[in-house]
Amino acid sequence: MNPRWLLLKRNLLDFWKTFRRNRMGLAGAFLVLTAILAAVFAPLLTPYTPTETMRDAEGRALTFAPPSVHAPLGTDDAGRDVWTQLVYGARISLTVGFLAGFIAMFIGSLFGITAGYFGGWVDNLLMRLTDVLLVIPDLPLILVLVATVRQLELKVSPLVILILVIGLLYWTSTARLIRSQVLTIKERQYVYRARAIGAGNWHIVRKHILPQIMPLIVANTVLILSTAILIESGLAFLGLGDPTQPSWGTMLNFAFDRNAVSNGAWWFYLPPGLAIIWATLGCVLLGNVLEEMLNPRLASHHLEGEQSIVTQP
Amino acid sequence: MNRRDYLLRKIFFSLVTLAVVVVLNFLLFRVLPGDPVRAVIGRNVRISADTQQALREQFGLDRPVFPDQFLTALGQWARGNLGVSWSLRKPVSEVLLAKLGNTLLLIGLGQILSIILGVALGLLAGWKRKTAVDVGALTFSLIAWAIPTFWLGIILLAAGSTWLGLPTGGIVSPSNVGKPLYTVLPDVTHHLILPTLTLTILYMGEYMLIMRSSIMEVLGEDYILTAKAKGMSHWQVLRKHALKNAMLPIVTLIAINLGFTVSGAIYVETVFSYDGLGKMFQTALVKQDYPLLQGAFLLLAVSVILANFLADILYTYLDPRVKAS
Amino acid sequence: MTSTEPLLSLRHLSTEFSTTDGTVARALEDVSFDVHPGQTVGLVGESGCGKTTTLLSIMRLLPVTARITSGQVLFNGKDLLALSETDMRRYRWKELSIVFQGAMNALNPVMTIGEQIREAIILHDLMDKTHANRRVNELLDMVGIAPSRRDQYPHEYSGGMRQRAMIAMALACQPCLLFADEPTTALDVMVQAQILELLQKIQRLLGLAVVLVTHDLGVVAEVCDTVVVMYGGKVAENGPVDEVYNAPQHPYTQRLLEAFPDLNRPAGSLAVIPGTPPRLNALPPGCRFAPRCHKAFERCRVEAPAETDLGGGHTAACHLLEKAEAHQ
Repeated sequence: MNPRWLLLKRNLLDFWKTFRRNRMGLAGAFLVLTAILAAVFAPLLTPYTPTETMRDAEGRALTFAPPSVHAPLGTDDAGRDVWTQLVYGARISLTVGFLAGFIAMFIGSLFGITAGYFGGWVDNLLMRLTDVLLVIPDLPLILVLVATVRQLELKVSPLVILILVIGLLYWTSTARLIRSQVLTIKERQYVYRARAIGAGNWHIVRKHILPQIMPLIVANTVLILSTAILIESGLAFLGLGDPTQPSWGTMLNFAFDRNAVSNGAWWFYLPPGLAIIWATLGCVLLGNVLEEMLNPRLASHHLEGEQSIVTQP
Repeated sequence: MNRRDYLLRKIFFSLVTLAVVVVLNFLLFRVLPGDPVRAVIGRNVRISADTQQALREQFGLDRPVFPDQFLTALGQWARGNLGVSWSLRKPVSEVLLAKLGNTLLLIGLGQILSIILGVALGLLAGWKRKTAVDVGALTFSLIAWAIPTFWLGIILLAAGSTWLGLPTGGIVSPSNVGKPLYTVLPDVTHHLILPTLTLTILYMGEYMLIMRSSIMEVLGEDYILTAKAKGMSHWQVLRKHALKNAMLPIVTLIAINLGFTVSGAIYVETVFSYDGLGKMFQTALVKQDYPLLQGAFLLLAVSVILANFLADILYTYLDPRVKAS
Repeated sequence: MTSTEPLLSLRHLSTEFSTTDGTVARALEDVSFDVHPGQTVGLVGESGCGKTTTLLSIMRLLPVTARITSGQVLFNGKDLLALSETDMRRYRWKELSIVFQGAMNALNPVMTIGEQIREAIILHDLMDKTHANRRVNELLDMVGIAPSRRDQYPHEYSGGMRQRAMIAMALACQPCLLFADEPTTALDVMVQAQILELLQKIQRLLGLAVVLVTHDLGVVAEVCDTVVVMYGGKVAENGPVDEVYNAPQHPYTQRLLEAFPDLNRPAGSLAVIPGTPPRLNALPPGCRFAPRCHKAFERCRVEAPAETDLGGGHTAACHLLEKAEAHQ
């Protein structure tokens, strides 16, 4: 086998050995993986389609029906199966979250590397831009943007607008993190040496910097995913989702608008929220553990208990 | 750094941010398709061609977008003229002012409670690192972070109204609508319990996390070891040396978090039909009332920028490294 | 050698650290030496050899990951390791105080210098506020800082002044033993000399006992009475400065002194000790210096040498010396 592959394999094995012992990380990976599997195999997990109305023997729609054998999570105001909407909703929520997260990660890494590597006025400009974005309240900005873009009546799905707006606004934390990491790597000996022998910028970034920060980018992307999923659910709840392709947030928008709370239909508003928590908590746990493994923080501080002394007999 | 330089830099930064917001607001407004006159007076108002032309001239819409129209808009905004709401047929500034107080009341209560609780718990968690308190606090803040604000609101609304008989929305009972709030305080308090609780839980996790990492960083510093070497007890070290140093970044972070606070208000006011800026923002969105939406955005953005600037000034009084020179 | 009872006596002190990867770092093993009243002891060795850990073990200021596994720290005959934490607190600063390296970080950035000095006096209940304030002025004056600068913050001081303030602070409660942990690192050469001079002046003036941690052999020759050479968490050689410098017995001390620039030798003949100090969580069996020792033989690699008493308070831990003793 190619020696580079062997090296990669050994690194991955080492990584797995450390990761395996971390319970929080394993729990996070479990949550994320199950959510993805539910989204991928949605049609296998339910006999119904998300738009299908369930009816009783006389043909009347079974609205707000509590959980039963036929509908494990009951039905909504239009008699549709909540469980079916939930697993199909995973597709929308995760797709929007993942695509938006990847866009944010890409912009953040690009800006972070550029700012950190070139420094000077480029760095100054990009960092002030992140400062400005940090101060402007994000939700009002998104709402105004989405509303304006919708007004243009472009022939695109509302989901595409959501993906772009979230992706184009949530790259600031990634950019800062990557920038600080690039700054430390830039000072290392081999980068100086590479530059001394006349290596070009692109070569240095690709061969020396990118491989070093890649793990951090991965860890940060997982964290960004959780933000993206949460923001998507909020925007969908406020009615900016696609009603024909309901995500978990859209389900909650329907549930709230159609008085699921006053009707006592807890099976309608509890599951989508729990699903959102499931996915975001999974990403947060996984992302935090990955970041901690790559970037270990303080081992202990000065007021942490007392040192132990084995006293003399 | 010199204090004057520091302040000048902060003023400059605030002005740049303000400029970005203003230009953005102007551009978004112009991007809207259709007749800009309609954008100013609303869609469904019937007016004659002559009146339209008069309005056109009045608002300077017959002149170039830049710089004339931009400067006109800027002048109007500076005088507090934010246009007329399509849906409410009232000046936007009037509508916003009427809702501002209610939102400040809700956000203020939520912030004060969450800062007190979050900072205290974060301090305890960071100090007693890796103990049950710490694990509990971390778990709480992780879950609080993962819960969608509006969903937490819905759950508390359902639980509170079913089991505790708390009101499901609004700021006062229907019989008290229109009376000044301070005359019906018990009723207002009753209505505020659930929304405030939602916001407190939500923000608390954030402050806890920030305070925890801040205090842990400070406790790793050399001067803490010096204080211990002086013979101080852990509690004395914490109170006299760690607390002030750990609180410094919190001041700035509270200000930066205000943007996040505004998001919380939009969700919570929507869920609890609380008559404030957030609820109004959501209504304007649904009704596609652009002047209102943009006016509200301008007001919220400017408030957050201003609050950040105030926090920076406050910081210069707290940190001797900036104050001196 | 003084015949008085030692002020501080370390007896077979051992300290361990548990590391993040689950291994144990044996940071100190069987460390013994004495400090007599009014004496200046130099503690030398490469970085990571346990100098600072020794000081922190004595003052019981180690992090929670550390464990003192055996030994005694006798201060005026009383074992500090047997005290409760509350009792130990009364000893800190009042009996033994410390000047840390790099005073920028050792001083609290948001408290005035005067306040930080006064705090220690008030804490140990030595006097009321008015008298304490007067004492702060005296202390600042003694280290050469104008008392008018007491209300300034650490960032308004230069590096040398911060270190002076740190020394004033360390003297606040009139301790009889002062630890100085690399007090001159990170300062420029001129200031280094001034700080050393100040330390010497104060030591003579107050009759303090001082333990000076440094990696600078020149400093030790200049200011110390005895020297303790540490290597890999153990004492390699210990004795009066003149004797150790003139006739070093341990191969490590010999190499160290060869590496030390001597005005009588041409520059360029500076010897460098090959290899790196051992990692404390992966120590070699036998003598810890054996892998780098040019005189090592088989026994050195399997068995740790015991301390050999060479008379006159001079000891060294090396198998070669045991052999010499056996031959006599």
